[in-house]
Amino acid sequence: MKMERMRGAFAPAAIALLLFLAAGWVPAAEHPKASPPAKKEGASSQPQYAVPTPPFTPGIFPCSDCHKEMTPNPKRRELKDEHTNIVLNHAEGQRWCLDCHDTYNRDRLHLVNGQLIRFEESYRLCGQCHGDKYRDWKVGVHGKRTGMWNGEKQYLLCVNCHNPHDPRFKPLAPMPPPVRPEAIRK
Amino acid sequence: MPNEGTRDAHAHRMSRRKMMKGVAAVLGAMALPAKDAPASVWESFFQKNFRELSPEELKGVLARLEKEYSEKYKKAVTVRANPPIEGLLFGYGLDLSRCIGCRRCVYACVGENNQSRDPQIHWIRVLQLNKERGVDLEDAEQYYNPAKVPEKGHFYMPVQCQQCEHPPCTKVCPVQATWKERDGITVVDYNWCIGCRYCMAACPYGARHFNWKKAGLPPAEMNPDTHYLGNRPRPIGVVEKCTFCVQRVRNTPGRYTACVEICPVGARKFGNLLDPEGEMRYIIENKRVFILKEDLNTRPKFYYFYAT
Amino acid sequence: MTKIWEFFKGTLVLVSKGSRAYYAWMVSLLALMAVGVAAYAYQLQNGLIVTAMRDEVSWGFYISNFTFLVGVAAAAVLLVIPAYVYKWKPIKEIAVLGEMLAVSAMVMCLLFVTVDIGRPDRFWHLIPMFGILNFPQSMLAWDVVVLNAYLCLNLVIAVYICYKHYIREEPNPNFFNPMILLSIPAAVSIHTVTAFLYNGLAARPFWNASILAPRFLASAFCSGPAFMIILFQVIRKYTRIEIKNEAIFKVAELIAYSMFINLFLLGAEVFKEFYSNTIHLAPMQYLFFGLKGHSNLVPYIWTAMIFNVSAFFLFLIPQTRENYVTLNIGCVLIFIGVYIEKGMGLVIPGLVPDALGEIYEYAPTGTEILLALGIWATGLFVYTLLLRVAVPILTGEFHVGKDGVKPVIHDMEFIRRADHLAEQSYRD
Repeated sequence: MKMERMRGAFAPAAIALLLFLAAGWVPAAEHPKASPPAKKEGASSQPQYAVPTPPFTPGIFPCSDCHKEMTPNPKRRELKDEHTNIVLNHAEGQRWCLDCHDTYNRDRLHLVNGQLIRFEESYRLCGQCHGDKYRDWKVGVHGKRTGMWNGEKQYLLCVNCHNPHDPRFKPLAPMPPPVRPEAIRK
Repeated sequence: MPNEGTRDAHAHRMSRRKMMKGVAAVLGAMALPAKDAPASVWESFFQKNFRELSPEELKGVLARLEKEYSEKYKKAVTVRANPPIEGLLFGYGLDLSRCIGCRRCVYACVGENNQSRDPQIHWIRVLQLNKERGVDLEDAEQYYNPAKVPEKGHFYMPVQCQQCEHPPCTKVCPVQATWKERDGITVVDYNWCIGCRYCMAACPYGARHFNWKKAGLPPAEMNPDTHYLGNRPRPIGVVEKCTFCVQRVRNTPGRYTACVEICPVGARKFGNLLDPEGEMRYIIENKRVFILKEDLNTRPKFYYFYAT
Repeated sequence: MTKIWEFFKGTLVLVSKGSRAYYAWMVSLLALMAVGVAAYAYQLQNGLIVTAMRDEVSWGFYISNFTFLVGVAAAAVLLVIPAYVYKWKPIKEIAVLGEMLAVSAMVMCLLFVTVDIGRPDRFWHLIPMFGILNFPQSMLAWDVVVLNAYLCLNLVIAVYICYKHYIREEPNPNFFNPMILLSIPAAVSIHTVTAFLYNGLAARPFWNASILAPRFLASAFCSGPAFMIILFQVIRKYTRIEIKNEAIFKVAELIAYSMFINLFLLGAEVFKEFYSNTIHLAPMQYLFFGLKGHSNLVPYIWTAMIFNVSAFFLFLIPQTRENYVTLNIGCVLIFIGVYIEKGMGLVIPGLVPDALGEIYEYAPTGTEILLALGIWATGLFVYTLLLRVAVPILTGEFHVGKDGVKPVIHDMEFIRRADHLAEQSYRD
């Protein structure tokens, strides 16, 4: 029984193997528009995290509503017409907008290897440089912790706490100090 | 060992019940309290230590308390007595590289655990320390109140009950009103505590607090979801402290403690120390943890670490 | 049984009659006791918030008084050892007065502990069999056991001696000797257990010193006997009890040695903290010099130090020891000095700075002081009652009559000049 099943599967397996090898030969960079589809997250490689929707400014997404009509300009410059409220304070000496936002598909971000990712997976982008935080975040050690300690844990996106353009937390007002014991009276 | 935390840790002698009934008869004759006081006052006076209650007696006690609190706070209050979940040991992680001293944990705890507002009781104390001196408790300041935190040159360390493995507080209690449960949480039976405050003298972390006055808990702010050993409203003259939100965590699934959930910078971590996949084991393996006052051999389950 | 009942009725007659001075004394004590009761009622109604104790300093004036009085109670042994072990006659006749002091001091101790606990209505939780007494793990449980045992032991011994003297019989040595011998380690045990109560707390470095138990004993043997010396002079002057000078001077000599040990041990502690200069210096620094601007206790502890050292020399030098003026000054100085040093000077620095470095300056409130006064008045009242019965028994003025049942009371006056007494003879 076993041997027959194996023989039956031989042909499809061989075709799959050939296709796989062929796909590896296609250079990805030449045709940006035809970049390979974003790798779907499989259960075996990178697990999905139950994150809330990305905290977009209302109305800003999908970005392609405006950008599909515009010609992409990959030249690094200071923006004068739009998005002037965003002042990049996040490795601004080394990078600018299009190092994270994809030039040709503004509804996506892109990883260093060119792979496009959705905004819901922006943690993969942050994790490229902030690998230690990403490792900790995946286990629940980095970031705000809510949910069930022995059940479903709630994860937040990096951007739910850190503004991606200016991620460092600003100091905030503390809640009141405790009452001194001398002031506790009858 | 009395601290092993089993419900039936003490030899309960049946004759005690008979003796108690006899005493009840005598004291009844002495009109103490007033003879027309409600039966609940008598039951409350003669109530045994939590660990000695039979399941029926426990049900009766919880029902009595629920009635009392519901009447007092004008809402439906539940008092549960969930036992420890088997095979787990709770641990806590506190990331000192993240804490900014905002004190949101302090007030979240107050709300969740029904602490008295007046006189003010806080189970969590946030200490402001100097970066140059490191963790030096003699140099700590808890009344800091700048416009914004964190302040330059300072870091922040919250302290609450460390849920020690060798608690110095439980061994000194003269009536065994406080003990360590099997899941590692040190608890107090508020109906058994006589208020001698020896445990407060024994605690090296200043984690225990006393009800010097009748608690001032506004009914509107009262959390009605309570546990007998945890956040139910405390009477006057007894000791209380952090219980790792026993009312939240002893469920399957169990919620995180209130302080863990509120922390805006994710400095607080909680979980089962015995779970190899859990946050706590990850922290112990990958971050360098330390504990407070390790020379006292208390073996706290509250681990401070630096994630960065 | 009738004999005992008649004896008891006789004691009631005795305590209810006396001289004007006696009535004045008892009435003022009762007034102070009433003030104490009122203060306690106020505290019961409002909670311990009426004291100055807070989470940071959770023990205060009540426990300070308790600790001092445990020492006073232990001092009875300083009379018992010469009297019954060495059979030294000058003290043997008056040792019972020391035992009665122990009883009164124990009553005060138990009262101080009762007013300090947050839930006195739950007192029964401490009783073994009814409640749960965490013996042997908790040192407080040990304290409950040994204090009550010591109280009962001394009460039984004192009553036994008095009753036997009253019915003109010799104490039965088979009953009496074991008890009296037991009272010696019992006295040591009450103070050792109380010291261990503090000593065992690793959280409080000021207390967590092995030297604490020896220090407690040394200071105990200073304070109680000093009170006894003054008391003996009063008794000698106003009643017919004969107390030889050499008895008093011997007690004073023993006090000198105890105070030396006390000062030496204190010096050892001070050296260790100041020389090693670890963070554990903070409580002692707070006590002697103040810490971070807080220095409430500094004048008191230096007063205590000056008093103790001066008293030590007064007791050490035979010329000043055997001069009643300097001797009495020494007794007063030592009593006050040890009261400060073993009272607030022990309890408060143990809790300041607190476990997380905070300094809360504690000073007792009016309620605490009035309640403490009420308890002291109670102790003195109890002691006076005991003396009112014991002194006439010892002088033979209260004894069983010829029928062997009804008591005979010769003297209805209590506190009378000794020179008047010499003119009358009461022995029949």
